[in-house]
Amino acid sequence: MVVFIIRRTLMMIPVLLGATILCFALVDLSNDPVQDRVFEIEQSTGEPVPQSTIDALEASWYYDRSVPERYWIWLTGLGDTNDDIGLLQGKWGPSIEGSAMDIGTEISSRFWITLRLVLFATIASIGIAILAGVVSAVKQYSRTDYTLTFLGFLFLAMPIFWLGSLFKEGAVQLNKILGSTVFQTYGSGTTGFQGNGWAVFVDSLPYLIVPTLVLMLGGYAAISRYQRASMLEVMNSDYVRLARAKGVRNGTVMRRHALRTALIPVATFAPLALSGAMGGAMVTESIFGWRGLGVYSLDAINAGDTFAVMAYVLISGVVVLIGVLISDILYGVLDPRIRYE
Amino acid sequence: MSNTAAPRLDAEAITSKERGQWELVFRRFFRHRAAVVSLVIFVVVVLFAYVGPFLWKWDYKIHSEIPSWAAPSLAHPFGTDKAGRDMLGAMMQATKQSLNVALVVAIGSTVIGALYGAVAGFYRGWVDSVLMRFLDIMFVIPFLVITGALAGAIDTSVRWYHMAIILAVFGWTSIARAVRAEVLSLREKEFIEAARSAGGSDWHIITKHLIPNTMSVIIVSATLQIAFAILSETTLSFLGLGIQSPDTSLGLLIDAAGASAFNEHWYLFYIPGVMIILIALTINFIGDGMRDAMDPRQTMVRR
Amino acid sequence: MANISVSTSDKGRATGTKGDTVLAVKDLAVGFPTDDGLVNAVRGVSYELRRGQSLGIVGESGSGKSVTSMAIMGLLPKTAQITGSAKLEGEELLGLGDAELSRIRGKKISMIFQDPLTSLNPVYTVGYQLAEAIRTHYSDISKSEARARCIDLLDSVGIPNPQQRVDAYPHELSGGMRQRVVIAIAMANNPDVIIADEPTTALDVTVQAQVLEALEKAREEVNAALILITHDLGVIAGHTDEVLVMYAGRPVEHGSVDEIFYQPRMPYTLGLIGSLPRMDESRDQRLTPIHGTPPSMLNLAPGCPFRARCPMHQDICAEVEPDLLPINGSGHVAACHFSDQLEGKAPDDVFAPVATDLSVEAEVEAMDAEGAAAADEEDK
Repeated sequence: MVVFIIRRTLMMIPVLLGATILCFALVDLSNDPVQDRVFEIEQSTGEPVPQSTIDALEASWYYDRSVPERYWIWLTGLGDTNDDIGLLQGKWGPSIEGSAMDIGTEISSRFWITLRLVLFATIASIGIAILAGVVSAVKQYSRTDYTLTFLGFLFLAMPIFWLGSLFKEGAVQLNKILGSTVFQTYGSGTTGFQGNGWAVFVDSLPYLIVPTLVLMLGGYAAISRYQRASMLEVMNSDYVRLARAKGVRNGTVMRRHALRTALIPVATFAPLALSGAMGGAMVTESIFGWRGLGVYSLDAINAGDTFAVMAYVLISGVVVLIGVLISDILYGVLDPRIRYE
Repeated sequence: MSNTAAPRLDAEAITSKERGQWELVFRRFFRHRAAVVSLVIFVVVVLFAYVGPFLWKWDYKIHSEIPSWAAPSLAHPFGTDKAGRDMLGAMMQATKQSLNVALVVAIGSTVIGALYGAVAGFYRGWVDSVLMRFLDIMFVIPFLVITGALAGAIDTSVRWYHMAIILAVFGWTSIARAVRAEVLSLREKEFIEAARSAGGSDWHIITKHLIPNTMSVIIVSATLQIAFAILSETTLSFLGLGIQSPDTSLGLLIDAAGASAFNEHWYLFYIPGVMIILIALTINFIGDGMRDAMDPRQTMVRR
Repeated sequence: MANISVSTSDKGRATGTKGDTVLAVKDLAVGFPTDDGLVNAVRGVSYELRRGQSLGIVGESGSGKSVTSMAIMGLLPKTAQITGSAKLEGEELLGLGDAELSRIRGKKISMIFQDPLTSLNPVYTVGYQLAEAIRTHYSDISKSEARARCIDLLDSVGIPNPQQRVDAYPHELSGGMRQRVVIAIAMANNPDVIIADEPTTALDVTVQAQVLEALEKAREEVNAALILITHDLGVIAGHTDEVLVMYAGRPVEHGSVDEIFYQPRMPYTLGLIGSLPRMDESRDQRLTPIHGTPPSMLNLAPGCPFRARCPMHQDICAEVEPDLLPINGSGHVAACHFSDQLEGKAPDDVFAPVATDLSVEAEVEAMDAEGAAAADEEDK
């Protein structure tokens, strides 16, 4: 088991390397922050920017080198650097927003905010999906099944940004009716709140409810369709029939034989749900005014801040790969036919 | 003893007449009530977007004679926005642009994905390993970030075909996986062996035997890809990383509507939202109906 | 031989001597509503099964032989329309709710399914699944007692090293071993009736005989009546006392094994026998095929359903579906207008050994395709 986890973790490295190379190349080639900045300065001052300023910008952002060189230096920090770059040395590289917006500091303060949202939403959506899928399958072709199926299709068709805007305004209206701020709809916690981890978490709960609900509804439908199909397949299986032929009561058969086995393929969906929630977090964070990683990546994209985008890509990649690992482990726990070598 | 079969084939002995495969597919599809209703609605939406602009007097641009923030009325059935734009005209344009993107993405990503999946499944071995590792890499890359970064990098205003190309280039992975799985099971079948022993080239076998036999998977995936593309394009446009003003898209309209879901300008928020839902919902139902119709293994006879 | 009569398993066992009727099925009919109409999968089956007796039910796929048993066990989907009666020791089974049926299933009447590879739940050990059968009906039995009984049962169906195998997962056992486990599950509570639905079809020929032997032994030990459903006449010959031949959802002939094999009075039975390879005939003797496929069970036309494939059919066959009529006083019955004419006929007297005409083949194939579609529909 430990060997399995170590091996799978090692196998992540080439995938992460490949993903960062591809992203780096695309993001880096598709924008030129130096030129943008020069243009900005010219716009504000109305005068041409001297070559020395351009050279200084290029040097501080490592734009005086080729793309492969820049990637190498971003990854390793080896070579002629300003001692602010090199992932393997724990340095994320310079942000074009200046040293006040250090990438490492920004990310570490935002990481837990986003992870909190993503984990809650993923777990909630998988839970709801299993529940809806199982109820739907057990009551196949009943009114409940049709209603749940239709709701699933509806949420599958609903863009998260629309659902998010709707729920946000809805929560504001609800607060008005209730006469108190039950749901916080802006920010991820009380501004300036200080305290230990638990206190921060408790403080964040009212802020967490609506965004989590939005992400959950945006993510559960696909899994619940799958859970329903998987449950139906198992319900029609020979071993469920045999269990009933043994004299086991219907409810027990459903719980002990059908549900237990139908959960196996759903384990595959955990990483998909996780990566969906990461993407959804970008949207929900920007709607609910969170200062999380998603919004950070959006700002970085808009600014053409390559190193900041790469930091997000890396973190999101690691989170998704950990999701894959968890799903592999779950698979083995649920299915005795799978052995960890 | 005589063994003539003619009398056996008396019409009365045949209780159901033979049907062609496609006839069967159509019959099954049209039995799926939600799918048929969805198809009708989807066709209406398509007509609204592509034919509508020829019938309606206002386009999507701002006109000085249009009052600002007019509630829905006969003159402006979907109301007008702050700048003085007729929302019905804007909706037609927005729907058209979103559908343009969706249809091109559906076709483009399906072609890439189907070929990729077929090659991976057909050759297996190291080719498959390499191709699958690349799919793993694609899975790890955050979709919205990479597509957003590329769209954001287009200097002049982003047009719908920019979005279509970007989304197609990054949106084919699910189809590749589905087709590969299908091909892996197909390639063991006898007719592939037969084609190979008859001297068919790999390309010939892939394009003439494997892909046609995975057609049901491909068609269903392509359909669902439309919904995926609509949602991706509108999301990016909403985030400001997609189609830009003065052109318009359903995502841009919702972004412009802002927080008006519960105030007097509610129509600005709900109409484009309902349009997105309508397109994605009908597409999903149509895809579901096609899956039922074309994949007998998955058919759930409604009893 | 392991002692399988653990005290608990004798509780609630109905007393009775060999010869009483344990299962009486009367006019059982099953229909499945589909989009195309009602599929009449079973159209009136009646038989009586006596304690310790074994009955073979033979027929092609889609002839309703499995559906009949599933209806008795109450394992059909809720949408199935079931009429008639099936009485186990006088108690009506049809129409019972899940609670009452669960009390009977696995205890008084148990079932073995066709495919051992899919009959066991992959996520539980065989011991768990075997013990479940016992503990469902005897909740007071302790875990260790149940385990001991499981090992005994596994031993008695011929599984080597039962102490270890009891903790094995199904995927760690071969198909033959898994089917033995299923048989052990069926005999766990000393049932009065065991229904075996094609128990050997999915197995290798070499394993088939062993599994049948295990089944036979299990039956003798618990003195249960056996219903053996199969399409393989060879299996029937060695293991049953009586045979019921089904065609298109109806019994078409019923008699003792000897009567069915040596004096068949229905062309279909004769055809089945003709298509069976025999060791006691000369090598150059060709097999006699029955051409075509069974009719669609949807909107079945009036008349004898076999007439389209029957070389002896006459006009009356298209109009009147023959009843099961007694052949002699012994209880041998057959549903054919021309039973008398079949006396002493060999299969190739009635069916041509080979189809000579290519057009016949073509037409037969056309009917095959249609039949297959119909059979598919019915499998659902």
